[in-house]
This record gives sequence, C-alpha cells and structure tokens, in this order.
Amino acid sequence: MWRDAVLVAGKDLRIEARSRVALWQVVPFAVLVLILVAFAIGPDNASLRHAAPGIFWIAVLFSTVLTIQRSVAVESGEGTRDGLRLSGIDPAGIFLGKAAAVGLQLLVLQVVLWAGVTFLFNVRVHVVWLAIVTSLLATVGLACAGVLYGALSAGLRVRDTLLPILVLPVLAPVLLAGSKAWQAALDGSASSGAEWLRILIPFAVIYLVIGIVLYGPLQEAA
Amino acid sequence: MNTSAKVSRPRWLTVVGILGLVCMGFTVWLGLWITPPDVVQGNLARLLYIHPPIATVALYWAGGVALAGSLLYLWPRTRSFFWDRLAASAVEVGAVFSALTCITGSIWGRPAWGVWWAWDARLTSTALLFLLELGYLALRRVPADPATRAKRCAVAALLIALDVPIVHFSVDWWQTLHQTGTVLDPGFHLHVHGSMAWTFLLGFIAFSLIFVWLLGVRYRIEVLQDEAGHQEMDVSLAERWSEGADLVSTARAPYPPDGSAS
Repeated sequence: MWRDAVLVAGKDLRIEARSRVALWQVVPFAVLVLILVAFAIGPDNASLRHAAPGIFWIAVLFSTVLTIQRSVAVESGEGTRDGLRLSGIDPAGIFLGKAAAVGLQLLVLQVVLWAGVTFLFNVRVHVVWLAIVTSLLATVGLACAGVLYGALSAGLRVRDTLLPILVLPVLAPVLLAGSKAWQAALDGSASSGAEWLRILIPFAVIYLVIGIVLYGPLQEAA
Repeated sequence: MNTSAKVSRPRWLTVVGILGLVCMGFTVWLGLWITPPDVVQGNLARLLYIHPPIATVALYWAGGVALAGSLLYLWPRTRSFFWDRLAASAVEVGAVFSALTCITGSIWGRPAWGVWWAWDARLTSTALLFLLELGYLALRRVPADPATRAKRCAVAALLIALDVPIVHFSVDWWQTLHQTGTVLDPGFHLHVHGSMAWTFLLGFIAFSLIFVWLLGVRYRIEVLQDEAGHQEMDVSLAERWSEGADLVSTARAPYPPDGSAS
C-alpha cells in the first residue's frame, strides 16, 4: 500500500511539476482571494489584522477545491481511470498517494499565503509551532476529505459545479478550527489555540481512515 | 402498463397521513387557544410547541433513517434498492425539516434575541446540515446507472453523517447562545407541565407522523420515477428497433427494374 502510495503521489506531483498548473493558476488564485477579501473589508489595518486568519483559511479552502478538481482532471482522459483501476494498484494506496500529492501542494500554497498575510496585513505569528501544527493537521484533513469527494464526483459531467457544494460544507470545521488556532497563534495564546487542535485531529484521522476503507468502492462507483 | 397501478398507495400510509394531520390540528388548537401564555416569554413560547419537534425530526428521525438506509445498502448482504430509495427520501424530507428548523428558529429568535440570525452553535450546525443535504440531493440528481448512483449516494450520506457530529461539536465550542435541553434536563426531569406538556408531546407525535407520511410518499415517488425511467427506456429501445427493422427491410428491397436507384 505504501509503495503504491509513493508511486501515485510521484505520478501526480510529476504531472504538476511539468504542467505547472498549481504554480501558475492555483497560487495566484489564492493570493487573489487574499487581496479581494481585503478590498471588501477596507483599508483599516485593525480590521484586516483581526480578519487575517479567516481570510488565510478561506483562501486555503477555495484553493483546495481547485487542487482537488485538478487532481481529478489529470485522470479524466480517455480510459485513464480504468487504466489506474486495472493496474493492480491497491485503492488505499491510490487514495494515500493522491492525498499526499494534494497535501504537499497545499502546504507549499500555505507557505506562500503565510508570507502573503504577513506582508499584506502586517501580522506576525507569535506561536510558530501552533501555526505549523495547525496547518499540518488541517492539510491532512483537507487533502483526505477532498480526495474522497473528488472520487465521488469523478466521471460526472457536472463535477466542476458539484464538487464545491459537496465539499465546502464538509470542510467547514477545518475553516473554523484553523482560523481560531491561527488567531491564537497571532495573539500568542498557545493554550487557547491548542484547544482547536481537538477538532483538527479527529477530522484528519476520520477522513484518513474512511478514505482508506471507502476509496475502493468509490472508485468502482465512479 | 400503468405504473401507478403497479405501485399502489398503501393504506397504512393514508392512515398515518390522516392521523398526522389530525394531531397537527389538535397541536395548533391546544397551542394557540388552550394553553396559557408562558410566564417569561408570553405568547412567544407557543412557537416552541412546533420548533423542537421539527428539529428532532430533521436531526434524529431523518438523519437516522438516511444513515441506516445507506449503511444497509453498502453492506453486501442487505444490498437492495429499497434502502437506497429510503435513504434518499429521508434526506429530501430531512432537508425540508432542516430548512423549517432554521425558519421557525429565526421567527422565534427575532423577538427573543433581537436578531433574525445569530452565529450560534445549533443554528450554524443546522444550517450546515441543510447545505450538506442539498449537496447530497444535487449528487442524487446527476444521471447515472441506478447501482452506481445508489453506491455513490450511500457513500455521500455516510460522509455527511460522519461530518455532522464534528460540525456540531466544532460550533459548540465556538460560541453558544442557544439554550441547552429545556424539556428534559440531563437527569430526565420534566420541566414543562400541565396542558403545555401535553401540547408539546402532541407536537412531537404530529411531526413524527407527518415525517413518516412524507417519507412514505417520497419513497413511492422514487419507485414511480424509476418505473417511468424503465418504461421510457423500453419505449426508446422499441423505437430504435423498429427504425432498425425499417432500414433492414429497405436495404433488402429489390432494386427498381429501370435501375434508377444507381
């Protein structure tokens, strides 16, 4: 399973490295979200600083949808999904590989966005470990839930419009816990921020386990 | 073939529907005319004869049936389209009740809290549940082979059910305005008495019966839709076959003697 996961993750990341869709489309989109939401809030520095964690996670969430759509689209070509299914690769390995590839892209994106909020909203993270742990846990949850819902919508003609309405409400706890933990990291109150990890940990674990179990039947249904 | 004759309306469903309407009529009568106004909330408390029952149906009855139906469909030994249709019907009826929960809560919240909407744990989690149900219904409407659609929807319902407690607890920790259990405390001691308690109980019975009735009606529509789909397919196939037979007979027809066909 792990070897298969490495193979699939390598394949997806190689495709991204060559096509550079994530670099030229998803990252600029995420930065655009930061700027547009800031426009909507107004130029008041205090309001922007207060809203920075929420804006950061909204940008991450929207970009997750794009990344998942891209992850599904690379296998939407003629018979590619069937080829993958018939290759004998363990479905759990495919799930873990795709989630790892998506997760890695999201982590790179968050580094860019972190720099973006620091630069644009003039905020400073005081509890760095809390922000890093929050991002890592949230990324596992986002990637696992996203890949699962991606598989659910794969092969559908309406998947581009269906995926956001399916996945965004599901990701709401990550938005909430991520924003609150980041707010605590900005304010320097580690203990109150660590409380929110109690949501991110079960979210990540549940979707990881469910993905490993259900990806096979979902692949057959797609 | 007449589909409605094949899938007849069961008598028990009509009985449940009539019982539900009668109970609802009594709830309205008792709630609006017989019970006294509340000491603290006055007439506003009358809305609470319907709001908690609606929320109970939306969260527990509909959610429970949808989860059980989806699990039983996914389990190979019990796999049957009955469970798939039941789960889909429960989600659709549940979406209506979730929307009604938000609407009745909002009507109560405006005079009680001073706002139509508050970012409270239960309000937010109910609104998110409604959106999750809409997502399921959108997935359900995507045309697909029935077995594929059933499996896909069962997995989606399972994922939604998994997410609901997470959403609920996450917003619970966030900030809360909604009161905790009002009718029963954690020690199961009743806090509503007299005619108010009976009206409250009747409200629960009425909405539960109406839920069962709507579930049954929606299930029947699901069966009729599938039947109609099969019939359309049969008609289309028959048309294609007859077109094909016409083409074959034209191709086999002898050429005209004057050779005009060339």
